[in-house]
Amino acid sequence: MKIYITGDNIISSLGFTTEENMDNIFNGVTGIHKLDSGYLSPEAFPAALVDSKRLTELFNNTNPGTYTRLEQMMILSIKQAVEKAGLDMENSRTLLIISTTKGNVELLENEKKDKFPADRVYLWGLAKVISDYFKLSQRPLIISNACISGLLAIEVGARLIRNKQYDHVIIAGGDILTPFVVSGFQSFKSLSSEPCKPYDAARDGLSLGEACATIVLSSQKQALRDQLTIEVSGGASSNDANHISGPSRTGDGLYLSIKNALASAKMTAGEIDFICAHGTATPYNDDMESKAVNLAGMQNVPLNSLKGYIGHTLGAAGTIESIMSIHGILHQKLIKTLGFSTLGVAEPINVTSETKSCKLNNCLKVASGFGGCNAAVIFSVV
Amino acid sequence: MKDQIIISGWCVITHHQIKVNDDLVFEQSSDFPEFSKAAFKELNQPYLKFYKMDNLSKLGFLCAEYLLKHRPIDPAYIPEEVGLILCNATSSIDTDMEHQRTIADAGNYFPSPSVFVYTLPNIVIGEISIKHKFQGENSFFIFEQFQPDFIANYVNSLLQGNKVKACITGWVDLSPGATDYKAVFYLAEKGDGKEALEFNNENLKKIYNR
Repeated sequence: MKIYITGDNIISSLGFTTEENMDNIFNGVTGIHKLDSGYLSPEAFPAALVDSKRLTELFNNTNPGTYTRLEQMMILSIKQAVEKAGLDMENSRTLLIISTTKGNVELLENEKKDKFPADRVYLWGLAKVISDYFKLSQRPLIISNACISGLLAIEVGARLIRNKQYDHVIIAGGDILTPFVVSGFQSFKSLSSEPCKPYDAARDGLSLGEACATIVLSSQKQALRDQLTIEVSGGASSNDANHISGPSRTGDGLYLSIKNALASAKMTAGEIDFICAHGTATPYNDDMESKAVNLAGMQNVPLNSLKGYIGHTLGAAGTIESIMSIHGILHQKLIKTLGFSTLGVAEPINVTSETKSCKLNNCLKVASGFGGCNAAVIFSVV
Repeated sequence: MKDQIIISGWCVITHHQIKVNDDLVFEQSSDFPEFSKAAFKELNQPYLKFYKMDNLSKLGFLCAEYLLKHRPIDPAYIPEEVGLILCNATSSIDTDMEHQRTIADAGNYFPSPSVFVYTLPNIVIGEISIKHKFQGENSFFIFEQFQPDFIANYVNSLLQGNKVKACITGWVDLSPGATDYKAVFYLAEKGDGKEALEFNNENLKKIYNR
Protein backbone atom coordinates (compact mmCIF):
# COMPACT_ATOMS: atom_id res chain seq x y z
CA MET A 1 0.00 0.00 0.00
CA LYS A 2 1.32 3.44 -0.91
CA ILE A 3 1.01 6.56 1.24
CA TYR A 4 0.83 9.76 -0.80
CA ILE A 5 1.53 13.36 0.14
CA THR A 6 -1.40 15.46 -1.01
CA GLY A 7 -0.98 18.85 0.64
CA ASP A 8 1.34 21.03 2.69
CA ASN A 9 1.95 24.43 4.17
CA ILE A 10 4.86 26.15 5.88
CA ILE A 11 4.68 29.14 8.20
CA SER A 12 8.19 30.15 9.20
CA SER A 13 10.59 33.06 9.34
CA LEU A 14 10.74 32.73 5.53
CA GLY A 15 7.04 33.24 4.88
CA PHE A 16 3.47 32.08 5.28
CA THR A 17 3.08 29.68 2.35
CA THR A 18 5.20 26.78 1.13
CA GLU A 19 5.80 28.66 -2.15
CA GLU A 20 7.05 31.80 -0.38
CA ASN A 21 9.35 29.66 1.77
CA MET A 22 10.72 27.76 -1.24
CA ASP A 23 11.40 30.94 -3.23
CA ASN A 24 13.52 32.16 -0.33
CA ILE A 25 15.26 28.81 0.04
CA PHE A 26 16.11 28.61 -3.69
CA ASN A 27 17.43 32.19 -3.50
CA GLY A 28 19.61 31.41 -0.50
CA VAL A 29 17.78 33.76 1.86
CA THR A 30 17.99 33.17 5.61
CA GLY A 31 15.28 33.92 8.18
CA ILE A 32 17.83 34.04 11.00
CA HIS A 33 18.48 37.56 12.27
CA LYS A 34 20.13 39.08 15.29
CA LEU A 35 17.61 39.92 18.01
CA ASP A 36 18.22 42.54 20.66
CA SER A 37 17.92 41.58 24.30
CA GLY A 38 14.35 41.74 25.50
CA TYR A 39 11.38 39.47 26.09
CA LEU A 40 13.04 36.31 24.74
CA SER A 41 16.43 36.71 26.37
CA PRO A 42 18.50 39.06 28.52
CA GLU A 43 21.26 38.72 25.91
CA ALA A 44 21.16 39.56 22.18
CA PHE A 45 21.17 36.43 20.02
CA PRO A 46 20.36 35.38 16.44
CA ALA A 47 17.09 33.52 15.84
CA ALA A 48 14.48 32.92 13.14
CA LEU A 49 11.12 34.41 14.11
CA VAL A 50 7.70 34.30 12.47
CA ASP A 51 6.48 37.82 11.65
CA SER A 52 3.92 38.50 14.42
CA LYS A 53 2.30 41.44 12.63
CA ARG A 54 1.62 39.42 9.51
CA LEU A 55 0.39 36.51 11.59
CA THR A 56 -2.20 38.74 13.28
CA GLU A 57 -3.30 40.19 9.94
CA LEU A 58 -3.63 36.78 8.32
CA PHE A 59 -5.40 35.25 11.27
CA ASN A 60 -8.56 36.86 10.10
CA ASN A 61 -10.80 35.44 12.81
CA THR A 62 -13.69 37.15 14.52
CA ASN A 63 -12.14 36.51 17.91
CA PRO A 64 -8.36 36.13 17.56
CA GLY A 65 -7.87 37.00 21.24
CA THR A 66 -9.08 33.56 22.22
CA TYR A 67 -6.19 31.81 20.48
CA THR A 68 -2.53 31.76 21.54
CA ARG A 69 0.21 32.62 19.04
CA LEU A 70 1.01 28.95 18.42
CA GLU A 71 -2.68 28.07 18.02
CA GLN A 72 -3.08 30.87 15.46
CA MET A 73 -0.09 29.56 13.49
CA MET A 74 -1.36 25.99 13.63
CA ILE A 75 -4.90 26.86 12.55
CA LEU A 76 -3.63 28.97 9.65
CA SER A 77 -1.19 26.31 8.52
CA ILE A 78 -3.65 23.41 8.77
CA LYS A 79 -6.28 25.39 6.85
CA GLN A 80 -3.95 26.06 3.93
CA ALA A 81 -2.60 22.50 3.73
CA VAL A 82 -6.07 20.93 3.89
CA GLU A 83 -7.35 23.31 1.22
CA LYS A 84 -4.45 22.36 -1.03
CA ALA A 85 -5.21 18.66 -0.49
CA GLY A 86 -8.92 19.23 -1.08
CA LEU A 87 -9.66 17.24 2.04
CA ASP A 88 -12.78 16.91 4.17
CA MET A 89 -11.43 17.28 7.71
CA GLU A 90 -14.64 16.30 9.46
CA ASN A 91 -14.60 12.84 7.87
CA SER A 92 -14.16 10.14 10.53
CA ARG A 93 -11.48 8.47 8.38
CA THR A 94 -9.29 11.59 8.72
CA LEU A 95 -6.93 12.04 11.67
CA LEU A 96 -5.06 15.15 12.78
CA ILE A 97 -1.66 14.61 14.41
CA ILE A 98 -0.11 17.48 16.34
CA SER A 99 3.62 17.43 16.86
CA THR A 100 5.16 19.85 19.34
CA THR A 101 7.76 19.87 22.07
CA LYS A 102 6.48 22.68 24.27
CA GLY A 103 3.06 23.72 22.91
CA ASN A 104 1.67 26.68 24.87
CA VAL A 105 4.41 26.62 27.51
CA GLU A 106 4.43 30.45 27.39
CA LEU A 107 1.24 30.23 29.48
CA LEU A 108 3.43 29.36 32.48
CA GLU A 109 4.68 32.95 32.43
CA ASN A 110 3.20 35.06 35.24
CA GLU A 111 1.97 37.72 32.82
CA LYS A 112 0.13 35.24 30.58
CA LYS A 113 -1.16 32.76 33.15
CA ASP A 114 -4.61 34.25 33.57
CA LYS A 115 -5.28 35.14 29.95
CA PHE A 116 -6.29 31.62 28.90
CA PRO A 117 -8.02 28.69 30.63
CA ALA A 118 -5.58 26.64 32.75
CA ASP A 119 -5.84 23.47 30.61
CA ARG A 120 -4.32 25.23 27.59
CA VAL A 121 -0.79 24.80 28.91
CA TYR A 122 -1.28 21.05 28.52
CA LEU A 123 -0.69 19.66 25.05
CA TRP A 124 -4.10 17.96 25.04
CA GLY A 125 -5.65 21.36 25.86
CA LEU A 126 -3.94 22.84 22.81
CA ALA A 127 -5.10 19.92 20.66
CA LYS A 128 -8.67 20.31 21.90
CA VAL A 129 -8.79 23.95 20.83
CA ILE A 130 -7.50 23.13 17.34
CA SER A 131 -9.89 20.20 17.10
CA ASP A 132 -12.87 22.35 18.17
CA TYR A 133 -11.92 25.05 15.67
CA PHE A 134 -12.09 22.57 12.80
CA LYS A 135 -15.07 20.67 14.32
CA LEU A 136 -13.22 17.37 14.12
CA SER A 137 -15.04 14.19 15.11
CA GLN A 138 -11.76 12.47 16.07
CA ARG A 139 -9.55 13.74 18.88
CA PRO A 140 -6.12 14.67 17.44
CA LEU A 141 -3.18 12.42 18.24
CA ILE A 142 -0.33 14.30 19.92
CA ILE A 143 3.34 13.38 19.61
CA SER A 144 5.90 15.03 21.87
CA ASN A 145 9.22 13.35 21.31
CA ALA A 146 11.81 16.13 21.43
CA CYS A 147 13.37 17.22 18.14
CA ILE A 148 12.28 14.15 16.19
CA SER A 149 8.57 14.84 16.91
CA GLY A 150 7.73 16.23 13.47
CA LEU A 151 9.45 13.46 11.53
CA LEU A 152 8.20 10.73 13.84
CA ALA A 153 4.65 12.10 13.36
CA ILE A 154 4.95 11.54 9.59
CA GLU A 155 6.07 7.96 10.14
CA VAL A 156 3.30 7.31 12.69
CA GLY A 157 0.72 8.85 10.34
CA ALA A 158 1.91 6.66 7.45
CA ARG A 159 1.66 3.56 9.66
CA LEU A 160 -1.90 4.40 10.75
CA ILE A 161 -2.95 4.64 7.09
CA ARG A 162 -1.06 1.45 6.25
CA ASN A 163 -2.86 -0.31 9.12
CA LYS A 164 -6.12 0.92 7.55
CA GLN A 165 -7.10 2.84 10.68
CA TYR A 166 -7.39 6.06 8.66
CA ASP A 167 -7.50 7.12 4.99
CA HIS A 168 -6.01 10.57 5.52
CA VAL A 169 -3.69 11.96 8.17
CA ILE A 170 -2.93 15.65 8.62
CA ILE A 171 0.30 16.33 10.50
CA ALA A 172 0.83 19.78 12.00
CA GLY A 173 4.21 20.37 13.63
CA GLY A 174 4.68 23.58 15.56
CA ASP A 175 6.76 25.28 18.21
CA ILE A 176 7.29 28.95 19.03
CA LEU A 177 10.22 30.66 20.68
CA THR A 178 9.72 31.51 24.33
CA PRO A 179 12.02 32.60 27.17
CA PHE A 180 11.50 29.03 28.45
CA VAL A 181 13.16 27.45 25.41
CA VAL A 182 15.77 30.13 24.76
CA SER A 183 17.02 30.15 28.37
CA GLY A 184 17.25 26.36 28.33
CA PHE A 185 19.41 26.21 25.21
CA GLN A 186 21.49 29.11 26.55
CA SER A 187 22.07 27.19 29.78
CA PHE A 188 23.39 24.31 27.64
CA LYS A 189 25.67 26.83 25.90
CA SER A 190 24.47 25.41 22.62
CA LEU A 191 23.44 28.65 20.89
CA SER A 192 25.77 30.18 18.31
CA SER A 193 26.43 33.92 18.42
CA GLU A 194 26.16 33.95 14.61
CA PRO A 195 23.66 32.27 12.24
CA CYS A 196 24.44 28.55 12.48
CA LYS A 197 27.00 26.83 10.22
CA PRO A 198 26.03 23.17 9.83
CA TYR A 199 28.94 20.70 9.31
CA ASP A 200 31.37 23.60 9.02
CA ALA A 201 34.80 23.54 10.65
CA ALA A 202 33.94 26.85 12.38
CA ARG A 203 30.48 25.80 13.64
CA ASP A 204 29.90 26.65 17.29
CA GLY A 205 26.25 25.98 17.98
CA LEU A 206 22.69 26.12 16.77
CA SER A 207 20.27 28.92 15.90
CA LEU A 208 16.74 28.60 17.20
CA GLY A 209 13.72 29.15 14.98
CA GLU A 210 9.97 28.99 15.24
CA ALA A 211 7.58 27.55 12.70
CA CYS A 212 4.45 25.61 12.05
CA ALA A 213 4.26 23.25 9.11
CA THR A 214 1.49 20.94 7.96
CA ILE A 215 1.68 17.93 5.67
CA VAL A 216 -1.25 15.82 4.49
CA LEU A 217 -0.88 12.06 3.91
CA SER A 218 -3.45 10.01 2.06
CA SER A 219 -4.12 6.53 0.76
CA GLN A 220 -5.53 8.13 -2.40
CA LYS A 221 -3.13 9.06 -5.17
CA GLN A 222 -2.95 12.75 -5.94
CA ALA A 223 -0.22 14.79 -7.62
CA LEU A 224 1.37 17.51 -5.52
CA ARG A 225 2.71 19.62 -8.40
CA ASP A 226 2.97 19.27 -12.21
CA GLN A 227 1.75 15.65 -12.25
CA LEU A 228 4.48 14.71 -9.79
CA THR A 229 3.31 12.48 -6.94
CA ILE A 230 5.39 11.87 -3.81
CA GLU A 231 5.01 8.98 -1.41
CA VAL A 232 6.29 8.14 2.06
CA SER A 233 8.15 4.96 1.14
CA GLY A 234 9.62 3.97 4.50
CA GLY A 235 10.54 5.01 8.01
CA ALA A 236 11.79 3.98 11.42
CA SER A 237 12.75 5.30 14.84
CA SER A 238 15.43 4.21 17.31
CA ASN A 239 17.23 5.16 20.49
CA ASP A 240 20.95 5.69 21.19
CA ALA A 241 20.62 4.25 24.70
CA ASN A 242 23.71 6.28 25.50
CA HIS A 243 23.03 9.74 27.02
CA ILE A 244 19.92 11.90 27.59
CA SER A 245 21.38 15.16 26.27
CA GLY A 246 24.55 14.21 24.38
CA PRO A 247 24.42 12.59 20.93
CA SER A 248 25.78 9.07 20.58
CA ARG A 249 29.57 8.86 20.32
CA THR A 250 29.33 6.27 17.56
CA GLY A 251 26.22 7.26 15.56
CA ASP A 252 24.87 3.72 15.94
CA GLY A 253 21.40 4.87 17.05
CA LEU A 254 20.80 7.05 14.00
CA TYR A 255 22.34 4.34 11.81
CA LEU A 256 19.69 1.89 13.09
CA SER A 257 16.93 4.28 12.04
CA ILE A 258 18.50 4.70 8.58
CA LYS A 259 19.00 0.95 8.15
CA ASN A 260 15.46 0.11 9.23
CA ALA A 261 13.91 2.90 7.14
CA LEU A 262 15.73 1.60 4.04
CA ALA A 263 14.58 -1.94 4.83
CA SER A 264 10.97 -0.85 5.26
CA ALA A 265 11.15 0.97 1.90
CA LYS A 266 12.83 -2.11 0.37
CA MET A 267 15.63 0.14 -0.84
CA THR A 268 19.41 0.11 -0.74
CA ALA A 269 21.60 3.03 0.35
CA GLY A 270 22.66 3.47 -3.30
CA GLU A 271 19.11 4.39 -4.33
CA ILE A 272 18.99 7.49 -2.12
CA ASP A 273 19.65 10.68 -4.12
CA PHE A 274 20.12 13.00 -1.16
CA ILE A 275 19.92 13.14 2.62
CA CYS A 276 18.22 16.02 4.38
CA ALA A 277 20.01 15.67 7.72
CA HIS A 278 19.34 17.20 11.13
CA GLY A 279 22.50 19.36 11.00
CA THR A 280 21.91 21.56 14.03
CA ALA A 281 25.49 22.89 13.82
CA THR A 282 26.38 21.89 17.36
CA PRO A 283 29.82 20.26 17.29
CA TYR A 284 28.56 16.92 18.66
CA ASN A 285 25.36 16.50 16.65
CA ASP A 286 27.05 17.05 13.29
CA ASP A 287 29.95 14.73 14.18
CA MET A 288 27.50 12.05 15.26
CA GLU A 289 25.58 12.33 11.99
CA SER A 290 28.77 12.04 9.94
CA LYS A 291 29.52 8.77 11.75
CA ALA A 292 26.00 7.40 11.22
CA VAL A 293 26.08 8.28 7.51
CA ASN A 294 29.40 6.46 7.16
CA LEU A 295 28.08 3.43 9.04
CA ALA A 296 25.28 3.36 6.46
CA GLY A 297 27.83 3.59 3.62
CA MET A 298 26.26 6.84 2.42
CA GLN A 299 29.27 9.16 2.75
CA ASN A 300 29.12 10.07 -0.94
CA VAL A 301 25.39 10.79 -1.05
CA PRO A 302 24.73 14.56 -1.24
CA LEU A 303 23.63 15.77 2.19
CA ASN A 304 22.16 19.06 3.35
CA SER A 305 20.94 20.76 6.51
CA LEU A 306 18.21 23.41 6.26
CA LYS A 307 18.88 24.90 9.71
CA GLY A 308 20.84 27.80 8.19
CA TYR A 309 17.60 29.07 6.55
CA ILE A 310 15.00 28.64 9.31
CA GLY A 311 16.98 27.75 12.43
CA HIS A 312 16.21 24.72 14.58
CA THR A 313 12.42 24.72 14.76
CA LEU A 314 12.26 21.90 17.37
CA GLY A 315 8.90 20.05 17.20
CA ALA A 316 8.24 21.51 13.75
CA ALA A 317 11.71 20.71 12.36
CA GLY A 318 10.94 17.24 11.00
CA THR A 319 7.72 18.38 9.33
CA ILE A 320 9.02 21.64 7.84
CA GLU A 321 12.30 20.15 6.58
CA SER A 322 10.44 17.19 5.04
CA ILE A 323 8.15 19.56 3.14
CA MET A 324 11.13 21.63 1.95
CA SER A 325 12.92 18.48 0.76
CA ILE A 326 9.76 17.26 -1.00
CA HIS A 327 9.50 20.59 -2.81
CA GLY A 328 13.18 20.32 -3.67
CA ILE A 329 12.27 17.04 -5.38
CA LEU A 330 9.23 18.61 -7.08
CA HIS A 331 11.50 21.32 -8.53
CA GLN A 332 14.32 18.79 -9.10
CA LYS A 333 16.63 21.08 -7.17
CA LEU A 334 19.24 20.01 -4.64
CA ILE A 335 19.35 22.65 -1.90
CA LYS A 336 22.63 23.98 -0.57
CA THR A 337 23.54 23.97 3.13
CA LEU A 338 23.40 27.66 3.99
CA GLY A 339 26.19 28.65 6.40
CA PHE A 340 28.47 25.79 5.34
CA SER A 341 31.83 26.42 3.67
CA THR A 342 34.58 24.11 4.97
CA LEU A 343 33.88 20.54 6.05
CA GLY A 344 34.73 19.98 9.70
CA VAL A 345 33.12 16.80 10.98
CA ALA A 346 34.51 13.53 12.36
CA GLU A 347 33.97 11.44 9.21
CA PRO A 348 33.85 12.51 5.53
CA ILE A 349 30.39 13.37 4.15
CA ASN A 350 29.21 15.06 0.95
CA VAL A 351 27.68 18.35 2.14
CA THR A 352 25.89 20.41 -0.56
CA SER A 353 27.43 23.86 -1.02
CA GLU A 354 25.39 25.17 -3.95
CA THR A 355 21.76 24.87 -5.01
CA LYS A 356 21.59 23.15 -8.39
CA SER A 357 19.25 21.27 -10.70
CA CYS A 358 19.54 17.55 -10.22
CA LYS A 359 17.66 14.33 -10.97
CA LEU A 360 16.07 13.55 -7.60
CA ASN A 361 13.81 10.58 -6.87
CA ASN A 362 14.47 9.44 -3.31
CA CYS A 363 15.19 11.55 -0.23
CA LEU A 364 16.21 10.27 3.18
CA LYS A 365 15.20 12.65 5.96
CA VAL A 366 16.69 12.11 9.42
CA ALA A 367 16.37 13.73 12.83
CA SER A 368 17.82 13.21 16.30
CA GLY A 369 16.94 14.66 19.67
CA PHE A 370 17.31 14.79 23.43
CA GLY A 371 16.54 11.50 25.10
CA GLY A 372 18.75 9.78 22.50
CA CYS A 373 15.90 9.51 19.98
CA ASN A 374 16.39 9.21 16.23
CA ALA A 375 14.04 8.92 13.26
CA ALA A 376 14.42 8.40 9.52
CA VAL A 377 11.79 8.68 6.78
CA ILE A 378 12.18 8.16 3.02
CA PHE A 379 10.22 10.22 0.47
CA SER A 380 10.07 9.05 -3.14
CA VAL A 381 8.70 10.08 -6.51
CA VAL A 382 5.95 7.61 -7.44
CA MET B 1 3.03 -21.20 17.45
CA LYS B 2 4.10 -17.92 18.98
CA ASP B 3 1.97 -15.67 16.82
CA GLN B 4 -0.25 -14.05 19.38
CA ILE B 5 0.72 -10.77 21.06
CA ILE B 6 0.52 -11.18 24.81
CA ILE B 7 1.03 -9.16 27.98
CA SER B 8 3.86 -11.08 29.58
CA GLY B 9 4.01 -8.85 32.63
CA TRP B 10 2.82 -5.56 34.02
CA CYS B 11 3.60 -3.09 36.77
CA VAL B 12 1.44 -0.40 38.33
CA ILE B 13 2.75 2.44 40.52
CA THR B 14 0.23 4.76 42.13
CA HIS B 15 -1.00 5.85 45.58
CA HIS B 16 2.18 4.86 47.45
CA GLN B 17 2.11 1.30 46.11
CA ILE B 18 3.95 -0.77 43.53
CA LYS B 19 2.18 -3.81 42.16
CA VAL B 20 3.62 -6.31 39.74
CA ASN B 21 1.13 -8.63 38.04
CA ASP B 22 -1.34 -7.64 40.78
CA ASP B 23 1.01 -8.59 43.65
CA LEU B 24 1.86 -5.78 46.05
CA VAL B 25 5.67 -5.65 46.03
CA PHE B 26 6.32 -2.28 47.68
CA GLU B 27 4.39 0.17 49.79
CA GLN B 28 5.31 3.33 51.69
CA SER B 29 2.97 6.12 52.66
CA SER B 30 5.36 9.03 52.10
CA ASP B 31 5.29 11.73 49.43
CA PHE B 32 6.68 10.92 45.99
CA PRO B 33 10.34 12.02 46.49
CA GLU B 34 10.66 9.83 49.62
CA PHE B 35 8.54 7.04 48.19
CA SER B 36 10.59 6.84 44.97
CA LYS B 37 13.89 6.92 46.87
CA ALA B 38 12.79 4.08 49.15
CA ALA B 39 11.40 2.06 46.23
CA PHE B 40 14.72 2.48 44.43
CA LYS B 41 16.75 1.42 47.50
CA GLU B 42 14.59 -1.67 47.77
CA LEU B 43 15.89 -2.71 44.33
CA ASN B 44 19.43 -2.72 45.68
CA GLN B 45 21.04 -1.34 42.52
CA PRO B 46 24.24 0.71 42.34
CA TYR B 47 22.86 3.14 39.74
CA LEU B 48 23.66 6.70 40.81
CA LYS B 49 22.02 8.20 37.72
CA PHE B 50 18.67 7.60 39.40
CA TYR B 51 19.24 10.46 41.83
CA LYS B 52 19.80 12.94 38.99
CA MET B 53 16.46 12.16 37.34
CA ASP B 54 13.37 14.33 37.64
CA ASN B 55 10.20 12.94 39.21
CA LEU B 56 8.66 11.78 35.92
CA SER B 57 11.78 9.88 34.90
CA LYS B 58 12.06 8.34 38.38
CA LEU B 59 8.46 7.16 38.13
CA GLY B 60 8.96 5.59 34.69
CA PHE B 61 12.35 4.19 35.58
CA LEU B 62 10.99 2.47 38.71
CA CYS B 63 8.01 1.07 36.82
CA ALA B 64 10.34 -0.45 34.20
CA GLU B 65 12.76 -1.78 36.86
CA TYR B 66 10.06 -3.52 38.89
CA LEU B 67 8.43 -4.92 35.76
CA LEU B 68 11.72 -6.25 34.34
CA LYS B 69 12.88 -7.59 37.70
CA HIS B 70 9.92 -9.95 37.64
CA ARG B 71 9.89 -10.56 33.92
CA PRO B 72 13.32 -9.92 32.36
CA ILE B 73 13.56 -9.27 28.62
CA ASP B 74 14.42 -12.44 26.69
CA PRO B 75 18.25 -12.27 26.32
CA ALA B 76 17.85 -13.53 22.76
CA TYR B 77 16.47 -10.13 21.72
CA ILE B 78 19.06 -7.68 20.41
CA PRO B 79 18.89 -3.97 21.47
CA GLU B 80 17.03 -2.78 18.35
CA GLU B 81 14.35 -5.42 18.87
CA VAL B 82 13.05 -3.86 22.09
CA GLY B 83 10.81 -0.81 21.73
CA LEU B 84 9.39 1.75 24.18
CA ILE B 85 6.03 3.38 23.46
CA LEU B 86 4.82 5.58 26.32
CA CYS B 87 2.16 8.21 26.88
CA ASN B 88 0.70 10.59 29.46
CA ALA B 89 -1.49 13.66 29.91
CA THR B 90 0.80 16.13 31.64
CA SER B 91 3.91 15.84 29.45
CA SER B 92 6.76 17.14 31.65
CA ILE B 93 4.70 19.79 33.50
CA ASP B 94 6.32 19.21 36.92
CA THR B 95 9.82 19.99 35.60
CA ASP B 96 8.48 22.64 33.18
CA MET B 97 7.30 24.60 36.20
CA GLU B 98 10.62 24.11 37.92
CA HIS B 99 12.50 25.46 34.89
CA GLN B 100 10.07 28.39 34.58
CA ARG B 101 10.79 29.32 38.23
CA THR B 102 14.49 29.65 37.41
CA ILE B 103 13.82 32.33 34.78
CA ALA B 104 10.77 34.13 36.18
CA ASP B 105 12.78 36.76 38.04
CA ALA B 106 15.34 38.78 36.06
CA GLY B 107 17.18 39.54 39.30
CA ASN B 108 17.41 35.86 40.17
CA TYR B 109 17.94 34.20 36.77
CA PHE B 110 19.53 30.76 36.97
CA PRO B 111 18.37 28.33 34.23
CA SER B 112 20.14 25.00 34.52
CA PRO B 113 20.82 22.37 31.85
CA SER B 114 20.25 19.55 34.33
CA VAL B 115 16.68 20.80 34.86
CA PHE B 116 15.98 21.90 31.27
CA VAL B 117 16.84 18.53 29.75
CA TYR B 118 13.94 16.99 31.67
CA THR B 119 11.40 19.41 30.17
CA LEU B 120 10.63 16.78 27.50
CA PRO B 121 8.42 13.78 28.30
CA ASN B 122 10.44 11.35 26.14
CA ILE B 123 13.50 11.73 28.38
CA VAL B 124 12.00 8.93 30.49
CA ILE B 125 12.24 6.68 27.39
CA GLY B 126 15.90 7.71 27.14
CA GLU B 127 16.58 6.87 30.80
CA ILE B 128 15.04 3.40 30.54
CA SER B 129 16.81 2.79 27.21
CA ILE B 130 20.20 3.72 28.70
CA LYS B 131 19.73 1.44 31.69
CA HIS B 132 18.78 -1.59 29.59
CA LYS B 133 20.35 -0.78 26.20
CA PHE B 134 17.00 -0.78 24.41
CA GLN B 135 17.39 0.74 20.94
CA GLY B 136 14.17 -0.13 19.11
CA GLU B 137 11.19 1.96 18.04
CA ASN B 138 10.29 4.69 20.50
CA SER B 139 7.66 7.39 20.75
CA PHE B 140 5.87 9.44 23.34
CA PHE B 141 2.19 10.30 22.85
CA ILE B 142 0.05 12.73 24.84
CA PHE B 143 -3.60 11.91 25.65
CA GLU B 144 -5.98 13.64 28.03
CA GLN B 145 -6.75 10.15 29.33
CA PHE B 146 -5.11 6.79 28.70
CA GLN B 147 -6.24 5.44 25.31
CA PRO B 148 -5.80 1.66 25.55
CA ASP B 149 -7.41 1.13 22.12
CA PHE B 150 -4.80 3.30 20.39
CA ILE B 151 -1.89 1.71 22.28
CA ALA B 152 -3.25 -1.81 21.64
CA ASN B 153 -3.50 -1.16 17.89
CA TYR B 154 -0.23 0.69 17.54
CA VAL B 155 1.94 -1.67 19.57
CA ASN B 156 0.28 -4.73 18.01
CA SER B 157 1.20 -3.44 14.57
CA LEU B 158 4.83 -2.87 15.62
CA LEU B 159 5.07 -6.46 16.88
CA GLN B 160 3.10 -8.06 14.04
CA GLY B 161 5.16 -6.12 11.50
CA ASN B 162 8.32 -7.40 13.24
CA LYS B 163 9.51 -3.84 13.84
CA VAL B 164 10.24 -5.02 17.40
CA LYS B 165 10.10 -8.35 19.24
CA ALA B 166 9.24 -6.91 22.63
CA CYS B 167 7.82 -3.58 23.66
CA ILE B 168 7.46 -1.84 26.99
CA THR B 169 4.43 0.33 26.69
CA GLY B 170 2.01 2.22 28.87
CA TRP B 171 1.18 5.32 30.85
CA VAL B 172 3.52 7.45 33.00
CA ASP B 173 1.93 10.60 34.38
CA LEU B 174 2.80 12.98 37.19
CA SER B 175 1.05 16.15 38.35
CA PRO B 176 2.84 19.43 39.21
CA GLY B 177 4.64 18.94 42.51
CA ALA B 178 4.26 15.16 42.14
CA THR B 179 1.20 15.19 44.39
CA ASP B 180 -0.51 12.71 42.08
CA TYR B 181 1.21 10.07 39.96
CA LYS B 182 0.42 6.93 38.06
CA ALA B 183 2.51 4.60 35.94
CA VAL B 184 1.17 1.46 34.28
CA PHE B 185 3.66 -0.43 32.12
CA TYR B 186 2.97 -3.55 30.10
CA LEU B 187 5.51 -5.85 28.50
CA ALA B 188 4.14 -6.90 25.12
CA GLU B 189 5.67 -9.68 23.05
CA LYS B 190 4.75 -12.62 20.88
CA GLY B 191 3.84 -15.64 22.93
CA ASP B 192 1.76 -18.63 23.64
CA GLY B 193 -1.92 -17.93 23.98
CA LYS B 194 -2.92 -20.78 26.29
CA GLU B 195 -2.72 -19.14 29.68
CA ALA B 196 -1.29 -15.81 28.64
CA LEU B 197 -3.18 -12.55 28.64
CA GLU B 198 -3.83 -11.22 25.16
CA PHE B 199 -2.43 -7.75 24.48
CA ASN B 200 -5.69 -6.03 23.61
CA ASN B 201 -7.77 -2.99 24.47
CA GLU B 202 -9.89 -4.83 27.02
CA ASN B 203 -6.99 -6.31 29.01
CA LEU B 204 -5.00 -3.07 28.93
CA LYS B 205 -8.03 -1.25 30.28
CA LYS B 206 -8.69 -3.85 32.98
CA ILE B 207 -5.14 -3.67 34.31
CA TYR B 208 -5.10 0.12 34.11
CA ASN B 209 -8.32 0.41 36.13
CA ARG B 210 -7.50 -2.14 38.83
